[in-house]
Amino acid sequence: MNIHQPRGDVSGRTLAIVEDLKGLEGPLLPILHEIQQEFGYVPQDCLPVIARELNLSRAEVYGVFSFYHDFREHPAGRHVLKLCRAEACQSMGGDQLAERAKRLLGIDFHETTPDGAVTLEPVYCLGLCSCAPSAMFDGEVHARVDADDLDALVAEARR
Amino acid sequence: MSVKIYIPRDAAALALGADRVAKAIEDAIAAHGLDVTIVRNGSRGLHWLEPLVEVETPEGRVAYGPVKARDVASLIDAGLVEGRGHALCLGKTEDIPFLKQQTRLTFARCGVIDPVSLDDYRAHGGLRGLENAIALEPTAIVAQVTESGLRGRGGAGFPTGIKWKTVLEATGGRKYIVCNADEGDSGTFADRMIMEGDPFVLIEGMAIAGLATGATKGFIYTRSEYPHAIATMAQAIEIARRAGVLGPSVLGSGRAFDMEVRTGAGAYVCGEETALLNSLEGKRGIVRAKPPLPAHKGLFDCPTVINNVISLASVPVIMDKGADFYRDFGMGRSRGTIPIQIAGNVKHSGLFETAFGLALGEIIDHIAGGTASGRPVKAVQVGGPLGAYFPRKLFDTPFDYEAFAARDGLIGHAGIVVFDDTADMLKQARFAMEFCAIESCGKCTPCRIGSTRGVEVADKIAAGIEPEKNRELLADLCNTMKFGSLCALGGFTPYPVVSAMTHFPDDFQPAPIAEAAE
Repeated sequence: MNIHQPRGDVSGRTLAIVEDLKGLEGPLLPILHEIQQEFGYVPQDCLPVIARELNLSRAEVYGVFSFYHDFREHPAGRHVLKLCRAEACQSMGGDQLAERAKRLLGIDFHETTPDGAVTLEPVYCLGLCSCAPSAMFDGEVHARVDADDLDALVAEARR
Repeated sequence: MSVKIYIPRDAAALALGADRVAKAIEDAIAAHGLDVTIVRNGSRGLHWLEPLVEVETPEGRVAYGPVKARDVASLIDAGLVEGRGHALCLGKTEDIPFLKQQTRLTFARCGVIDPVSLDDYRAHGGLRGLENAIALEPTAIVAQVTESGLRGRGGAGFPTGIKWKTVLEATGGRKYIVCNADEGDSGTFADRMIMEGDPFVLIEGMAIAGLATGATKGFIYTRSEYPHAIATMAQAIEIARRAGVLGPSVLGSGRAFDMEVRTGAGAYVCGEETALLNSLEGKRGIVRAKPPLPAHKGLFDCPTVINNVISLASVPVIMDKGADFYRDFGMGRSRGTIPIQIAGNVKHSGLFETAFGLALGEIIDHIAGGTASGRPVKAVQVGGPLGAYFPRKLFDTPFDYEAFAARDGLIGHAGIVVFDDTADMLKQARFAMEFCAIESCGKCTPCRIGSTRGVEVADKIAAGIEPEKNRELLADLCNTMKFGSLCALGGFTPYPVVSAMTHFPDDFQPAPIAEAAE
């Protein structure tokens, strides 16, 4: 699935990011965020480069990468739909909304539609609990999402 | 003179179309050639009315809401710019009962000012607390915070002044102020609102903490789910630095303090303070055993103050108006005000800052106006995913740390999630275990394995498999998790589970086995 990225310069681009950020106190998370921003995911070829530059073991870097839900090992679909699964959204029909999204997209959470259009992810709270249920679509927040709103988001993603 | 129209930039307002409303108003202003300045403020916290548009008039600010982009043409025609009547007009903002009944100390400016205008901040009393602190010895600042009775608003309720005193007295060249802005609890959004609506108050509070303890560097650790808060905080820090509020000489005092924002990566457990410190250091967000306390050995093993956003944001008003002023609000050992966040299935949702002591039922039935669905309230969860579910019969509980603890609950970060009578409490109990299993850092066994077993046992109860035995097993498992876990994630997950079992036993009865037709 790495067809989007020329593999050759992963190491060079990683090095540039690490050089830029390694002066920070505790630079590893900022570096991983920046790498995900650059590539859309964290290519595993980056990890040895980071380890070498920060004087850590590969296992330590992999351990940090794999601990956090945000960091992807593979590219996501062209669009990412995150639905809040937490209590406040549950109280306003979040579970039914999630079932609808799964049915419309034909996938489960953490999956991408076969055409590569949409990745569906759970999120545990967007801090929009007072206007539940909420969602994030390609980084934009949506609140009081009803079935029509969801259908519109899915249609936009499919376009 | 140009008329000011306020349209919030708070994430809740944006999620409900505030940017589209702003665009429509800008277009209408241009088309009509009106002399109007648009200010993108924070949220007032009346979230059922968002996007809430306000117009400044000689009589005060007039509110309209909830405004959709398609309402703008009719609003302009009705005389929005003069604050005239319209079906969406709510009258003067400060007269709206939900707002009028509040005591806004920490949130005094939130929704009122332009969040990234330092001039606005100063004009509304900002920086006075910091100026007062500069004139004091560190011990005197710590004493004032201690005397105010301020306790940790993240949930643990530990006295802030005592924490600061420990760090002040700790030896070591380097000390840190860490702001825990990893607001992961469902039903809470006060930290987000402050960071988006009045970021300078947090900067001021952290600078005061720095002066009080001798720390020169601060970090705000917030969530990747809060991109707007991150952007606003980063912008405000840059403005504060340029204005000399932060930097080598804070407001010309000759004492240094600077800070930066760091972004988490989707791990709920990083809201636990020691896991947060590990994460800031660039490690896995694994909980540390205490002692040593972070006040002695915190970030990079240096003495560290770690406080919640609201604790730090409440310090400027204490340093401005005095410890007595703040302490005079509240009840018992819970002093001052608490920003209650009302969420879930509720009619009037939003942020309600008030002195401690208000009864839970008063908040739910009167201030919040009951459920959004119009159905009876079945349960309220107070304090996030690790908080207990309270039934109506406990609605006389006053909002106070000790009163909630006495009824096997907690106020936590003061979020309330309301559920109507369609809620299935066995399902909610199962979710609490499932959430713990997903988010456990894995360091201690009761949390890591107990939560997974908890889900399985809940499923057995739901399936009607040996229900009595499995209810007993679930209660026993909760006991093990409560007393055997290293931190609040595993230790408090039993609160929602046990409270659901205790107060809603009917939901834990075996499902009636479907009779064969005929």
